[in-house]
Formats: sequence, C-alpha cells, structure tokens
Amino acid sequence: MYPKQEVVAMLLAGGQGSRLGVLTQKLAKPAVPFGGKYRIIDFPLSNCVNSGIEAVGVLTQYQPLVLNEYIGSGQPWDLDSMNSGVRILSPYQQIKGTDWYKGTANAIYQNINYIDRYNPEYVVILSGDHIYKMDYSKMIAFHKENNADCTIAVIDVPLEEASRFGILNTNPDGSIYEFEEKPKHPKSTNASMGIYVFSWDKLRKYLIEDEEAVDTEHDFGKDVLPKMLNDGQRMFAYQFQGYWKDVGTIDSLWEANMDLLDPNIPLDLNDESWKIYSRNPVVPPQYIEEGASVQNSMIADGCDIAGSIDFSVLFSNVVVKPGAVVQDSIIMPGCVIEEGAVVQYAIVSENTVIGKNAVVGARPEDIEDKDKWGIAVIGDNRKIGAGAKIAPKEMVAKDIEGVE
Amino acid sequence: MRGNNVMGIIFSNLHENLISQLTELRTMGAVPFGGRYRLIDFPLSNMVNSGINKVGVIAKNNYQSLIDHLGAGKAWDLSRQRNGLFILPPFMDPSDYSNRVKTFNAIMPFLKNSSEEYVMISDCDVICNIDYQKVFEAHLENNADITLVYKRDVLPAKIQEPTVLSFDAKGRVNDVLVAPSITGGCSFYMNMMLIKRELLMELVKKCIGKNTMSFKRDIIQAEYKNLNVYGYEFKGFAPVITTMAEYFTANMSLKNKDVRDDLFNGSRPIYTKVRDDMPTKYGLGSKVSNSLIGNGCIIEGEVDNCVLFKGVHIGKGTKISNCVIMQDTRVGDHCNMSYVVVDKDVIIRDGKTLAGQPSYPVYIGKLSVV
Repeated sequence: MYPKQEVVAMLLAGGQGSRLGVLTQKLAKPAVPFGGKYRIIDFPLSNCVNSGIEAVGVLTQYQPLVLNEYIGSGQPWDLDSMNSGVRILSPYQQIKGTDWYKGTANAIYQNINYIDRYNPEYVVILSGDHIYKMDYSKMIAFHKENNADCTIAVIDVPLEEASRFGILNTNPDGSIYEFEEKPKHPKSTNASMGIYVFSWDKLRKYLIEDEEAVDTEHDFGKDVLPKMLNDGQRMFAYQFQGYWKDVGTIDSLWEANMDLLDPNIPLDLNDESWKIYSRNPVVPPQYIEEGASVQNSMIADGCDIAGSIDFSVLFSNVVVKPGAVVQDSIIMPGCVIEEGAVVQYAIVSENTVIGKNAVVGARPEDIEDKDKWGIAVIGDNRKIGAGAKIAPKEMVAKDIEGVE
Repeated sequence: MRGNNVMGIIFSNLHENLISQLTELRTMGAVPFGGRYRLIDFPLSNMVNSGINKVGVIAKNNYQSLIDHLGAGKAWDLSRQRNGLFILPPFMDPSDYSNRVKTFNAIMPFLKNSSEEYVMISDCDVICNIDYQKVFEAHLENNADITLVYKRDVLPAKIQEPTVLSFDAKGRVNDVLVAPSITGGCSFYMNMMLIKRELLMELVKKCIGKNTMSFKRDIIQAEYKNLNVYGYEFKGFAPVITTMAEYFTANMSLKNKDVRDDLFNGSRPIYTKVRDDMPTKYGLGSKVSNSLIGNGCIIEGEVDNCVLFKGVHIGKGTKISNCVIMQDTRVGDHCNMSYVVVDKDVIIRDGKTLAGQPSYPVYIGKLSVV
C-alpha cells in the first residue's frame, strides 16, 4: 500500500532539445550541464523537494542513459524514500501494443498507474528545460483557493517578445478565457511557463478522452488544455514573479549561464532557504595559480586556473593553462584550454581540449558582419588542434586538425 | 572489486592535545583541512580505496562534529547493507578509551564479531594518500605478523612518543626505540599498522592481563623479537600534524602542484561529506593567486597564498595573504590579514587588520566575531 500523496509531480524530460545541437547529441536536454556544477533538471527537482513534493515521476525517452545515471536513486535530492521519491518512467510494452510517448499528454496517460497508486488530489506537470526557482506549494494553494480544475503558471514578458510564447488571456479574476500560441498581435503579456497544476480526477478523465480521440497530437498545449477550456472547466493563470528562463536554444542557454554572473538578476544559488541540489563530483578544491586573473566568473571544484578568465562559467576539473584567455564563455567539466588559446563567446562541452593558440569564437565588437556572429559551440570529447580557428556561431561536432 | 579480508580501525581522538585550539570543539578526525576536507577523510578514503569494506571509528569525546561529518558513511560508500561504517563511542565511560590498549579491549566484541582476517589501524594525525593494498601485499609477501607503516624523515616537532624503527637487510624490524632523543633523519612509525585480527586480540588481552598499557612499549617494543614485524616505507606526501605551525604549513604545502597531485590522486580520490554549495564566485576587481579555494566562496578582494574552505566570503578592498580560512567565515571589506588561521563561522568585521608570523600563525576560534 502506497501512502497517499496529496501532490504528485510529473517531469517531462524526454525531449531531444534539437536546437541545442551537439550539446544534446548524446544526452537529453534536462541533463545538459548548467551553471558550473548543475544539470538543468536539478532546478525542477530541487523545486519539487523544496516545495514539499515527495513523489516525482521523470518521463524519459530520448537518450536517457546520462539522465538515468544522474538521477540514480534520487539521493542527492532526498528523493530516495521507501515508498515515494523519484521514479524514472520510460515507455514500456503493454498487452495492447507498444508505443513511444506520442506527446506530452500521452506520456502522462501511459503512466496513469504510477500516479494512481499515490491517490493524489493534484498533479503538477513540469518541463525539464527551464531555469528558475519556484515554490510549487504556493501555486497549488492558489489552485485550491480558486477551486480550479487547472492552473497554469504565467510570467510577464516584454510585449515585443510575447509573440514567441504561448499567451494566456485572462478575465480580471485570473480565470483564462483564451489561449494564443505565438500570437502575431498579443493581447496580453502573460506567457505560459509550461507548468500546470491539475486536479487529478479531471486530468485523468481528459487524458483518457484524449487518448480515444482522433485528430489529436496528444499534447497538453495543443489538445488537452484547449479542450478543457472549450468545455468550460475552471482554468486559472498563476502569476509567477522571479527569474525564469527557457534554455532550449544555444543563445538562451548561454544567457542563462551569464545571468548567474549578474548580481542584479534574481537567481541566487547561494540561498540557504531554497537550495539547488545536485550530484557532486569527488574532486579537490579549485586552484588559482600565480599570474592567473579571474574576473566576474564562477569556477567549480577541481579546476586549475593559470590563464585569464573573464565573465565565464567553468565547471569542475577544467584546466586553463598560462596565457590562455577565456571570456564570456561556458566551459563544461574536464576541458583543457592549452597555452595561448583564446576562447570568446563560446560553449565548450565536456572533456574537450582546445589546443595551443587555437581561437574559438569572437567578441561581437570584433566582427564586421553582425549576421555572422553568434555563440560558438564545441561538442564533447573533441580535440581542437593547435592554432586552429573556430568561427563565431560555428557548431563543431568533430575533431579539428591543428594548423602550422 | 571490493572486499579484501581486511577491516579498518581509525582512532579519531588521539593527538588532540597537540593542536588544542583546533580540537577544543571537535575531535582530531574532524579538524578541517585543505579547503574542504576533515582529517579523518584521509585514513577513511585510503581504506575504502584499498578495498576495505568495514571501518570502525573510535570516538572518545567531543565527537558531535565527527558524527555530523560521517553520517551513515554514504560519502565514502560505507553506508552498506553488509559491513560499512561503525562509529564506536565508549560503552559507558570515556575512561574505557584512556589508552590504545584499553580501547582495543573495550571494542573486543566488535573485533570478535568481525570475520575479516586482518585489521588495518590508523590515526588521524597524518595526512596522506596511501594505498593500503600495497601494505597488505607486502605483509603477505613477508609472511609478517605485523606491518608498521613508517616514514623516513626528521622527527616532527613535539611528536608524542615517536617510535623509531630499524630493520635488518630483509626489512624485518630489529630494533624499536620509543621516544628516543634523536636528531636528524630516522624511520618513524606513522601510527598505521596491519595486523591479524586474532593476533591483535591476543596481544591486547595479554597486556590487559598484565596491566601493561602502552601499545607502543608493551606490544610493538615488547613483541618485535618474538613476532615477524616488518616495516613498509611510505614515500609520498605525509605531514604529521603536531603543532599549529605544522598544521598551517601542511595546508600551505597544497600550493605545490606535486603535493596536490600526490594527495588528491585521481585514481584514489579523497572522499568527504559534500554540501550543495554553488561554484565559487569571483567578483569584478577580485585578484586571486596561488590559492586553493573550495566551492561556494564569494571573493571580491585580493587573495594570495591562501587556503579558503567552502562558503568563505572575502569583502571588497580586503587583502589576505598566507591565511587558512575555514568554512563559512566572512571577512568584511577593507580588511588586511596575513598568517592567520581562522576557524569556521567567524565574522571579521570591516577594516580589521590581523597579522601573525609564519612560525606562529594567529588563530581565531570557531564562531568568533572580530
């Protein structure tokens, strides 16, 4: 007998994140390293734990190995209780046939059994590709107060950006009367954060209906939520105040990392009351050598820094040799930046070696044609030869020979 | 592969009086070291990395912070269904642990109920990364009853009852001097021993029966002629923490890359309890060189030749050099400090100047406000 859980969280972590290119070649987007020691999924997982949610299902499908290994027993997040905690939910064979998760709603549908055994009142649906700190218990309280069937978290975005998001139009009491997906002429600036609270009995009914329906993509945003709205269910928008960023693109992933270096941006990872938990590597403290220069950067344990680091985020065990320069970049675990190499506006994935005097990326002010500028990205376990040059905006998936 | 028929015993309290300031509120084993570790992490990790699955930790008094640190042993992979970590406080009375012989006698049931054939014993006063598997192999090869790990060096200042060994051509111990007056280099015992479990129990019972209570004199010195006692020389980095100055120097020696590579050997990592600190933040205008720095620090001033533990804050315009600053200490703005050892959770208010000497670093106690 499983103890009743008032709330079960379901974390959608099966997406490929194709817009992240080489970064998600071998791992699912939620497993992409972030912020010097975290992976993206640490944020929703830690939010769950800090909000008092004890049962979390993680739905995996695309390249699950790294993610599964990372989550493991759930111990780093205290999600390894006997009858609750984190469970990895992958697609599975059933009597009536075998299916991949056909859409976000279908993924939850296929795991109705998992949710049912906790007999919850509410189910929280989360995505594994957002960086934010949020107390879901406040949103659930809001859901209860409004006697809602579904509550969708929204964040105020600048009007000029609103057409990139799903926009919710609400009545003065906060109830939703219209969804607009990426509207050309947005009526409001309430962008959906992809975080939903449902009353489980209602959601369960709609999931089963959606499964039986024809002409559906089994998607929350496209099918289930519009259907509920049409049927006149009580749907509310919950205003979230604070930092939130979708890190689904190279630019937004880079920006979110850089936001950690900006003291004016409200994403404090040092906040004892809302910690972000992660798996910690067993490595010694970092060492800053004589002659090194480190300015406005974040550096993790195990690094050995002799070069110059400006406005950058360095993950564990990165070695920066004397005379190397790293500016406005993200260097993932185990990379080596050899003598004289210059890395600017770049994301370098795990265990890659940037050879002597190689040049990766460039500053926008040094590029004539602004259309050619962008963040340079180098895949994991690559070797960039001595003196090689990687242009801005390039995405490197193979080793690059050195030049004389 | 884990499991090699050896169990471990670690004495976490011995030698505390030598660095009484650091051990006022904690055991020797819980003394912080090297930016993120406690001294017990070294013997414990050495044992685990050598395949030892069962470790008993002797904790006589002041062991709250030790227990907090060790928890269930998870960080050392010692939270296990079979064997794992055993914290062994006195059963009734700390005087049961008043010396090493009495302590072994007091934990006799633990020794008796174990099934491992050998026991590896270590204290917490030597910081090193040693492969006990090699000690074990040498022990078997020599068909030894006891293998003593030793170091060839000048005796550390103020070391308690140093045990100096000499050997015959085959490496068998042929003389044992306890607390001799010696200048210059010698082979001294590092308080690490491999012995058959049943032999240890037998020797301890014999001492208890005769009421002879010195492990070094009444067991090692008294028995080396009757038993096959061999030495195993450890040649790596292995400072013995006998004074505050030694403690300071040992921390400072981590600035040497060879020392770091030896002590934090990637294939035999030193495990420790982790805290979910963010990576360290270096502010605009910070200047850091030659320093070992833990995670979770926020550095806005100048740091030179220092060891900073996790969660330390260094304010704007502050200059610190040759300091060891333990976890969560906050140094305000425009301070100036050199040769200072600052314990945990200390607050140094803005504009303070503190200076010690290389041979006599100033020490600021835990939770102080300066």
